[in-house]
This record gives sequence, structure tokens and C-alpha cells, in this order.
Amino acid sequence: MSDYLYVGKDIPRTIETDKVTGRAVYIDDLKRPGMLYGKILYSTRAHAGIKHIDTSRAKELPGVRGVLTGYDLPDVRVGFLKDQVILKKDKVRQFRDEVAAVAAISPEIAEEALHLIKVEYEDLPAVFDPTEAMKEDAPLVHEIDAGGRPVRTNILPLPWKFMAGDIEEGRHNSAYIVTDQASTTWVNQCCMGTSGCIAEFDDNNNLTLYNQTNVIFGGKQRITEYLSGIGLGGKKVRIINPIVGGSFGTKLDTDIYEFICIQLALKTRKPVKIHFTREEEFRALPPRQPARFTIEQGCDKEGRLTFRKVEAILDNGAYTSWGVTTPSIMMNPVSSLYRVPNVSFKATCVYTNNIYCQAMRGYGNPQATFAVETSMDSLAEKAGLDPAEFRLINRNQPGDVTPMRFKITSCGMEECIKSVRDKLDWKEKRGKRNGRGVGMASLIHVAGGARVYKSDGHGMMIKVDEAGIVDVFESGTDQGQGSPTVISQMVAEALGVRPEDINLTFGDTALALWDAGTHASRHTFMAGNAAILACEKVKKQILEMAAEQMPKLIKGGFKRKKRRDPDFEEPDLDYALISDPANLDIRDRKIFPKNEPKHPYFTMEVSQVLRAGLHVGTGKSKVVVGEAFYDPPTEMLDREFKGNFSCTYAFGTTGVEVEVDKETGEVKILKLIAAHDVGKAINPTLLMGQIYGAAYTGVGYGLSEEIKLKNGRVMNGNFRDYKMLTARDIIPVEPVVVEPGDDDGPFGAKGVGEPGLVPTAPAIANAVYDAIGIRIRDLPITPEKVLAALKGEDPVC
Amino acid sequence: MKKISLSFTLNGDAVTAEVPVTWNLLKTLRETFELTGAKEGCGVGECGACTVLVDGDAVNACLFPIPEIAGKSVTTIEGLAAGDGTLHPLQKSFLENNGVQCGFCTSGMLMSAKALLDQNPDPTEEEIRTGIAGNFCRCTGYVQIVEAVQTAAKVEK
Repeated sequence: MSDYLYVGKDIPRTIETDKVTGRAVYIDDLKRPGMLYGKILYSTRAHAGIKHIDTSRAKELPGVRGVLTGYDLPDVRVGFLKDQVILKKDKVRQFRDEVAAVAAISPEIAEEALHLIKVEYEDLPAVFDPTEAMKEDAPLVHEIDAGGRPVRTNILPLPWKFMAGDIEEGRHNSAYIVTDQASTTWVNQCCMGTSGCIAEFDDNNNLTLYNQTNVIFGGKQRITEYLSGIGLGGKKVRIINPIVGGSFGTKLDTDIYEFICIQLALKTRKPVKIHFTREEEFRALPPRQPARFTIEQGCDKEGRLTFRKVEAILDNGAYTSWGVTTPSIMMNPVSSLYRVPNVSFKATCVYTNNIYCQAMRGYGNPQATFAVETSMDSLAEKAGLDPAEFRLINRNQPGDVTPMRFKITSCGMEECIKSVRDKLDWKEKRGKRNGRGVGMASLIHVAGGARVYKSDGHGMMIKVDEAGIVDVFESGTDQGQGSPTVISQMVAEALGVRPEDINLTFGDTALALWDAGTHASRHTFMAGNAAILACEKVKKQILEMAAEQMPKLIKGGFKRKKRRDPDFEEPDLDYALISDPANLDIRDRKIFPKNEPKHPYFTMEVSQVLRAGLHVGTGKSKVVVGEAFYDPPTEMLDREFKGNFSCTYAFGTTGVEVEVDKETGEVKILKLIAAHDVGKAINPTLLMGQIYGAAYTGVGYGLSEEIKLKNGRVMNGNFRDYKMLTARDIIPVEPVVVEPGDDDGPFGAKGVGEPGLVPTAPAIANAVYDAIGIRIRDLPITPEKVLAALKGEDPVC
Repeated sequence: MKKISLSFTLNGDAVTAEVPVTWNLLKTLRETFELTGAKEGCGVGECGACTVLVDGDAVNACLFPIPEIAGKSVTTIEGLAAGDGTLHPLQKSFLENNGVQCGFCTSGMLMSAKALLDQNPDPTEEEIRTGIAGNFCRCTGYVQIVEAVQTAAKVEK
């Protein structure tokens, strides 16, 4: 539809004006009366027994209000596999292990107190490589599991196995087969705002936690469970988000520092804030999950994929967070990127004494797509096919049901591949091997929610006051992605008001209905659908009120006019036009009869009707409020990891042209085309922001970013040594927005937050191969690796 | 802790404060004056989230020793809009061009852009990128920030 007033328009982010004036309150800026500052003492060993912890001198330091070690706390286990306690007292398994915590009247005093704590360790043999850790004689990271049963291996009890069709048959039907390796490393999410929270108990021991989570109800559930474990069962928990300085996956799990902050607040009976330094953010926050892949795939003589077999090994680190669940998303591109009939995937997660991992934009998709898409190029070459043509032959299409049972509805992949091919001048530029080259890679990602919990629901409450101001209580969170603007556009469109009439409340468990989390690129899709449903209810109430009040108000107006002007003749009007709510509509804050939208007398401001409906008299006053809980018609993955777990899927293709400096090994990106099927752009300018940002982070993933670990210790925990892109790194990103419209999406929209990152690194790797004929199979593609490869050394580090 | 008494100009007002001698400008702005717009993103001068203007130059407030501020003029993000609250063209163009996402880098980014436009009202894209090279952003890929600065430069002309 082209007559939208707000959807599809470049509405500016004026709703977030406080962010350009310095007024926006982040966790950094939030203070509570009497608040103390918490600091955490981390392990200085990768793997060691703790013989003794002496906190006596720290306790005596003036200004210190509380010191905690594991000796003071009950052994309540937390984490995805319940494999750690919050303060470690028997042994440490990684450098970031939390050993003690202090609350003091200033961060400086808390820090000083940490230096006064003495911990006596006894080193244990450690293991830092997942392949080594799988061996029978490897040192055990954990001796027992969550149930207290002895453990004999470092391999986690998580059998990520997917099978569809018959691999042997696929091999048999293949004219060409390739086997490739690919590996990816640890990457920090690099939120510009570091992690932090404030825990505050009232005198009934109910907890308010100001934190940055993007899963407010999941976080509440984890914290409620923890409180129950420490003897505070039945206590109420409220989570409130301040303004959040970026998320990118870091706010998905409840981190250990949050539990420690809660314990310090309990101990001191004061609000306590823990706020990470940048160094802590690098050393003590779980980064993106690394993975090593072996991929084998084949195609027939016509270039049609016949099978794909992928095995992955994941260095889990010492404990479990969401990193170990990334294989559930790695399966998406492995099984469903391009049409492939026979698929097998297996991932083995292994404990080591390295740092443990969690989510980052794209979850496991960027890792697995790097493997799939670099191998697609190898296979195209072996089959003698143009890689773009090869991708077009195998492209996903509307109506497909993939081996994971994803039902592909809207799908703009063909247009994405062709746009990239044409804009890169593919046929001219490809295959020169002259130091310049082009490459492409595509993606599939969830874009209509992701049913990872039994409910993938999203709630929204809307009330409209008598002045026509609309309060929206949104169950999701705002991490900077632009949701306040985009949701206000959709509510305005669905309700018939203006975006500037809308107040939005995000991230407060006390004010919101339930939500599965602002993850999986689902906010626009879920909130939009909830908005449409809630607005229907609210609009119905307003129109019923209008049908009741408008005739009275209009007639009353005529009477007043007549009193002022005895010559005034009341027009003879057909009030039937406005006395049935079904015949009325609202647009741009005005109520009017559907059949005669320009009727000279029957158009009225919404606020006039709302005032009349509220101040109507004893027992008849009404307010307008409506709510919706949208739970999409999707399935949980079954035991075989099959099921249509998203309502729709995002597709896209990134193409790059690179120049490789053979003397320095440096890869320069001359052009980056990012074509995305977004369903419908609700706000094109904000959409571009998602594509640009994701592309930049993707280029960092491809070329420069890596957390360097040496025997488990982070060696580059600062922005000088960790190479995030700056404004000087000019990446000419050209977005191409493909809008097929999605029948299940709000106004046709699909999710877009994560996709831009997913295919960027493999597109670069493929372009580097086209430029110099060498495949770098290990991310990032640093100048050192390129030079080593050019000299004929093994490029896989 | 030894304190020092300092007088300087802050967002156009003459101010005097007693501050521990070891504090830096960022801590003083945030703690003593409760101006929390400048952010600590790294604390060691690498990310630019704390950028403010000292006598018109963009500096990392987290590295600026407080004794050196005496007699100088400091402008923070809170002083960028006009006294009546009218937004500066840069603030407007950041909102209009989606130069803001999570907003954590925005205060520093705006102050670097302000210093740049004050010294060079008609910068090239390259000059803009150099001007904000010390300000890290994870959300935007810098593209729309550069566009926002270009737009503001045109408006100011």
C-alpha cells in the first residue's frame, strides 16, 4: 500500500533526543541513594586449586562495607548447564574466574581492597586446545557434573546432531565433491557502554535490578530461581533497563557479576553498583563462540547440490553460557542455505581452560556461513561453474521446505544475488588473479521470531489518555537499534495517530507483559504484529466511544451556535453515518465516516471524543486501554532439530571487491554491496543503519578482530591492541534493499538486525581467493596470514 | 586526599571547584558537576566517548589532568545546544541522519565534530573521517555519522 502516513517513511530519531544532549541515563550515570560500588577479584591462574583466601586486610580498609568469597555463600550453581558457582572457592578453571568481591563507598576504595585480598593457589595442569582436551589423558576441567556425578571427559553432554536425507546417496549422486576446513576465533562484542548493574533490596527483601539485559523476563526467571536457591524463595524481582550502550549478544545471559552484585547488596543492605572497566569487558565478559569446521559437499553435473556434511568442534571454555547453544543456529545455514537434499551436521563442544563464550550478533550463523560459503566457492570451481551462477542454480525459493523443515515464504535471494553480481561488474572483474578480485556470499537467518522457548510471544499494552496521548508499554528492550522510532511509526499507522503522540516504555518487567527477548532480529516483527493486534482493540474502543459521543457532541455544537446566533439553521444531517462504530475510521488523529471521509461536519479530533467519553457522568466514564500478546504460528525444533521455528526468514547476499597488497598482505575493500531481503523497510534510513553497522562489524570479523589468548589469558584487552574498525577504515558499503513484502510481517516487514554481519567475512575470503588464488580458511584474514600464504606457508594458524 | 581549588569556564559559566588533585577532567565533570553526558568508554584515551572541548580543541577528558584546567574554557555536550534548548545543527542532523544508535559514543562524537566544523566549516569526507577517527562506534559503521556531519556543515554555511 502506498498511502501509509508513517510506515516506509524516514521518520527521524527525535524520540531519542536525550542521546544528543547528554541527558540520556545509562547504567554509568545511574545512582541510588546510599549506593555502594562493587568490584570483583579474578583468578590469576588458568587452572588451579584454591588453598586459601585471606580477606582480613580488605575488610579492615576504611570505606569497605562488605567482602565476599565463596566461603560465605551457599553452593548454588548457575549457567546453562549449572556448571559454576558465582564465587569460586575450591578451584579456578580460567583466568576470569571470580574469587572474591568487595563493596565500598567508592570504586577506588573497592579496587584498593581487592589488592589486599590474598589467594593461595596450587597450579593444576591445564588444557587450552579443544582437540587436546578431547583426548583421554587430558586434564579434566570439571570433575563432577551439576548433579554431583563424576565426569570422565571434557566433552559436553550436548549431542548436537542433525541428519536429513542420506549422505551416502548424496555422494553417489555427485559429479563433484570437495572437502574443506574453516575456522573462526573469539571476537569481542565491543559494546561502547561497558557492562554494569545496580542491585537494590527493599526491607521485605524484594529485589529491583537495574541492568542491561535484552531478555528481561528470562533474566527475571534466572534471578528468581537463584534467590530461591539462597533461601529467598517467593521474593519479588523487578528488572528495569536504563538506556543501554549497545548489546550485540552480551545482554542475552545473566552474567556472574550480576549475581555477585545481588549478593553484595544483600550483605550490605545497600544498593550496590558493579560497572565493568573496558579491560574487564575484554577479559571477563564472554565473547563470540569460536569454531573449527570440516565441511564436505557435492553437486551433480548440472551444478545442483547433492549433499552437505559438516562437523564442528567448539572450544567451550571453562563454563557454559549461550556459546554452547550456537550449534542450533549453525544448523540453519548448514541445512537450509541453498537447496540441498541430504544434510548431516555434528558439533562437539569441549571444556577447556580458556574463557567461555556467549552470543554475538548472528549467533552461530556467521561462523557456519563462513564454512558453507567458502566451500561453495571451492565446489563451484571444481565443477567449473561461475560461483554466482552456482548460487543461482541452488538458490532458496518461495514455497521451499528445507531439510530443517523451514517453510520458506517470501524469499528475495535471487534478486539479492543478481544485484550483487551486477553491481560488482562480476563478469568483467572476476577471475583475473591480478591482486584484485570479487567474491560473494549469501545468508539465511530467522526473521520472524525464533521459537527457542515454548512461548515465542511478545506483549504490548496501549492506553490512550483523554488528550489523545498514547502510552505504549513495550515488552522488548531498546539497545540502540531504533525500535522506539520504528515501533512508534507502526503504532501510529495502526491506530491513526502521529508518532509524536506516542510515549514508549521499554525494559521494565513490572510494566510489561511477557516477551521472549529482544534477540534473533525479532523486535520489529514481533512488536509490529503485537502493535497491530493491540491497536485493533484500542481503535475499536475509541470508535465505539465515537459512535456514542460524536452525534451528541455535534448536536451540542449546533445548539451552542444557535444560542449565539438565532439565525443559524441546523443542517439536516444523516447521523446514521456516524452512529455505528463499524462505519468509522481514524487517520492522523481524526475520526471520520468511512463512506464520506471528507464529510464537512462529521470529522472530529480523537481527543475530543476521548474527553467526552471520560467525563460522561456517573457510572459511565470510560478509559481506553488494550493489550495484545502475539505468539507467532511457529514450531519448536523437535528432537531431530527440525521444525519451522521462525515465521519467516531473511535472505541476503554480500559481494565485495578487494585489492590485496602482495608486499604488505593487506586486504583493502574497494566495494561492498549488501543486498538484503527485508520484507518491507519500515524506516529506510534506520534500516540502512542496521546494514551499515552490521557490514562494518562483519568486515572486522573478516579482516582484523580477534581476542588473542595465550595459555588462557587475554593478551589484547584494550582498544589499542584489539583491532576494531575506526572511521578511518573506509568501507564503501552500498546497501541494496529488496522488498518482496512478507504476508506474516507487520506491514510486510522482516527482521534485519543480525543478517548484515553474517555473509560479510566469507564474501571477503572468496574475493581474496579470486584476487590471489589463495584461500585463507581461518578468520580473521590478517596481513600476516596473507603474507604467509603468499610465501607458501600453511595459512591455517 | 589532597585537593586543589580550580576556577574555569564551564559551558559559558564561571565555576570554581575543590577537586582531588589526582582526578581527571572526566571524573570532575561527572562527579563534581554531575554532567554525565561525557562517557567513560575505556578510561585510557582510546575510544573518544569522553571527548569535550577545552579552549575549542577536542580532548579526551579521561586523560586530561585536572590541575591543568584552571583558567581554561570547557564545553561539554550539555553546552552544545543553545541556552533556550534549541538543538545545534549537528545534534539535529545526527537525529535526522541516524548518526545515533545506542548513543553511548554520541556525546564524544558530536564534540569532535563540533571542534572540526569550528576549525574547518567545509570539510571533505576524508577530513570528517580524520576528525572523528578517535571516536569509536560499534553500531553505525560511521557512514551515517559522516553524512550527519556533512549535512550539519551545509546547514551551518
